[in-house]
Amino acid sequence: MEPHYQHLYEILAHAQGYIFPNEIDLQWGILIVVYPFITGLVAGAFILASLERVFKVKILKPTYQIALLTALSFLLVATMPLISHLSQPQRAYEIMITPHSSSAMAIFGFVYLWYLAVVLLLEIWFDYRHSLVVWATEKTGIMRLVYKILTLGVNDISPRTLKWDRKLGYIITVVGIPSAFILHGYVGFIFGSLKANPWWSSPLIPIIFLFSAMVSGIALIMLVYMIVSYVRKKAIDLNVLDSIGKYLFFVLILDFTLESLDQIHRIYEAEESFEIIKLLVSGKLYLTLFVAQGLIGTIIPLVTLVFLQFYKHKIRLQKTMYFIVSILVLIGVYSMRWNVVIGGQLFSKSFSGFTSFKVGLIGLDGTLMAAFWLILPVGILAFLLWLLPPWKMVKEEDE
Amino acid sequence: MKFYIPPQIPRLALAFAVFISLFLILRHFLIPETFGEYGHYRGASLIDNAKPEIHYAGQQACFKCHQDIEDKKAQDVHSDIHCETCHGPGQKHVLSSKAVDILKPSGRVFCGSCHIINAGKQKSIINQIDLDKHNVGKNCINCHNPHQPWEMKK
Repeated sequence: MEPHYQHLYEILAHAQGYIFPNEIDLQWGILIVVYPFITGLVAGAFILASLERVFKVKILKPTYQIALLTALSFLLVATMPLISHLSQPQRAYEIMITPHSSSAMAIFGFVYLWYLAVVLLLEIWFDYRHSLVVWATEKTGIMRLVYKILTLGVNDISPRTLKWDRKLGYIITVVGIPSAFILHGYVGFIFGSLKANPWWSSPLIPIIFLFSAMVSGIALIMLVYMIVSYVRKKAIDLNVLDSIGKYLFFVLILDFTLESLDQIHRIYEAEESFEIIKLLVSGKLYLTLFVAQGLIGTIIPLVTLVFLQFYKHKIRLQKTMYFIVSILVLIGVYSMRWNVVIGGQLFSKSFSGFTSFKVGLIGLDGTLMAAFWLILPVGILAFLLWLLPPWKMVKEEDE
Repeated sequence: MKFYIPPQIPRLALAFAVFISLFLILRHFLIPETFGEYGHYRGASLIDNAKPEIHYAGQQACFKCHQDIEDKKAQDVHSDIHCETCHGPGQKHVLSSKAVDILKPSGRVFCGSCHIINAGKQKSIINQIDLDKHNVGKNCINCHNPHQPWEMKK
């Protein structure tokens, strides 16, 4: 039998009930799961950084630069899963140079450029400019040149100019918060606006994506902060963990409430698609929805975070618990992306059948590729933390 | 007091101007030649998409030689099922009927891939057979002509 024909018969053997021919093979695989996950981490990390800045949460200061650099590292990679999914990575730039307002996907070019070039890079530049100038004078050789270039030649560090750095940085942050909301709300919109798919089509989806993005970003910063402190052999400040934990708790509650509201709405409305969705969540999505997303990613972290607000005895145990909570939350949000992206394609639009999805290991659309795009930003972050170490920044007196 | 412009602003404006001009220059060279020829996409992608090998010939190609089957099929419930649904992709067979024979599937399992009992399908649209009870041990095509299922063989 010819290979492409054989493949069709292999997957047909796993289909259940009645499905349309174009639903047999999933069009969006694991890389499209990774894409909103990474974008969510960017938006979430940035929002945590903005909280510190705009609302002057002093206690979160040690995480401010870490959060900005984390957001940048992940944003640099955010488009890659999409492009490798299309199997034409060499055309990665085309989405940037030919943006268009007629399709939600093509708008990505505008959203991404705005967020990367105008918001994140500018905010980081304003924040680091003073230190860059000082580092450029301290270092020698190639590093001196690198820092010099990064200052863009603005070497003025008079109090008046530095005040403007803070002022302009503040303005960028204020502009940045709605930008971060738009960035991830946009990703949710791609799914929520697909009226043909009852599992996606919901005006709540962009908001749910936004809150789960904040959840994952905050958890990631908590994790990165702990790992960075560990690597630098510095004590982890429990007060920092406690206040990040408090934010995580509130946002997680909001996220959980919104997602429950969305589901309750579906259950109560019980539209014609409800029967198949009921089968979907109790069958193919049972493990990833109820166990991974619900229990591991939401209930256990929530209970632990409440417990940690009262339990103040063994510091080591508290830190370990925060560490585990942040990982569990990340697993939960990843599962949420999986449930949305993969779940939405598993059932037939005839509402009378299912197809199945088996993720491959190798290839441009396989697990290894997805893992690579998740690990690469960690490498970039390590490089950025080495190039722009927040702990070596020049302290400013009036802060 | 003189109006004060912080030094960062003109430098950033310059950086942005350089960045935007670089972007526009690169854009000029990077945009594929045929982009926008027909719409907001690369015109040559139509040629790319036409390149892959054709596997399915379409039933009109089958009927050019197999007029008898066309007549038979037209009279019965399989009239809407295209030939290659069961016989598999036939382009190679169309190009050289002697060198490449078409797939002739038989067996209960093959017919069952459509006709097995399936709660997801409507019985009024497709006949469903319990393969464990219906004439066990016999091949479907012993009695049914696949091109004309209700024209039972003697």
